[in-house]
Amino acid sequence: MLTIGLGHFLVVSAILLVLGIFGIFLNRKNVIVIFMSIELILLAVNLNLVAFSAAHNDLAGQVLAMLVLTVAAAEAAIGLAILVVYFRNRGSIEVEDVSLMKG
Amino acid sequence: MITTIFFYLFAIVLLASAAMVVSARNPVHSVLFLILAFFNAAALFLIAGAEFLAMILVIVYVGAVAVLFLFVVMMLDVDFEQLRSGFQRYLPVGATVGVVLFFELVAVLWGWELSPQSIQLRMSPAPTTLSNTEALGQVLYTDYIFLFQTAGLILLVAMIGAIVLTLREGKTSRHQSIRVQTGRTVAETLEMLSVSVGAGVREVGILRPKVEEPDEVADDHEAGHHHGH
Repeated sequence: MLTIGLGHFLVVSAILLVLGIFGIFLNRKNVIVIFMSIELILLAVNLNLVAFSAAHNDLAGQVLAMLVLTVAAAEAAIGLAILVVYFRNRGSIEVEDVSLMKG
Repeated sequence: MITTIFFYLFAIVLLASAAMVVSARNPVHSVLFLILAFFNAAALFLIAGAEFLAMILVIVYVGAVAVLFLFVVMMLDVDFEQLRSGFQRYLPVGATVGVVLFFELVAVLWGWELSPQSIQLRMSPAPTTLSNTEALGQVLYTDYIFLFQTAGLILLVAMIGAIVLTLREGKTSRHQSIRVQTGRTVAETLEMLSVSVGAGVREVGILRPKVEEPDEVADDHEAGHHHGH
């Protein structure tokens, strides 16, 4: 069981999620910081899962948190690889330039 | 009591470093604050009793993901000041969305309560006699084996995808072309000559022509030679 109340964890992870979404809006041009904001959002999700898992004494939440961790790592790897290839071709990483497929 | 103090300490440092991640001027500082945020989140996991996930978080996020970010930030030669030009313009809409979302979440937290039957709905109750890592291992390789395998598959696909995306076929790589090798005929590679007795290779003319050195290089060599004398 938790020694700290579940609500405390939920408030922390809610603020973390809001900060991550705020970061996406704030750094509209810098795609690297957008990736970092996505990592923060996924961290908030993990914190929620672990808090509920500890509150219920149920291991399923921690297993699910591990899957979220895996997906976050894979997403970061693929995203940064695409970013490197894009920079090689275009010489910039401005998100607003990425409109080649708009037609 | 001491746990509560540490919880608030780690939570405040986590939120402050997360705020610095999204607002730092230099992306390298952002990555370093991201590492700090991950460490503090791992500490919060420890307080919640998920020791294994805390260690995994430090290893995977700090050891791999954050270092990957750091590599990319330092490798790309980008003018980051120019990328921040829209910072003031996007501030109002971002703040609006953030505040609205925050108040929605607060409203959810306000009126939220745990169902009394929720304790019967547990998927895999943690045994009290085992440590967290042991209990997680027992349930991960039995009940959640397909989830576990899927996670491995996702990582494999991500690894192959990242390699395929970034690998460049350079001129320096020399591949063996089996098709060319087996397609060779004798007529292409061998030439039969009748050489008269006593004639050297020089007279017959099958000596390979000497490769001419570039002039500048030869001049430099000559000059250096003279200086040596």
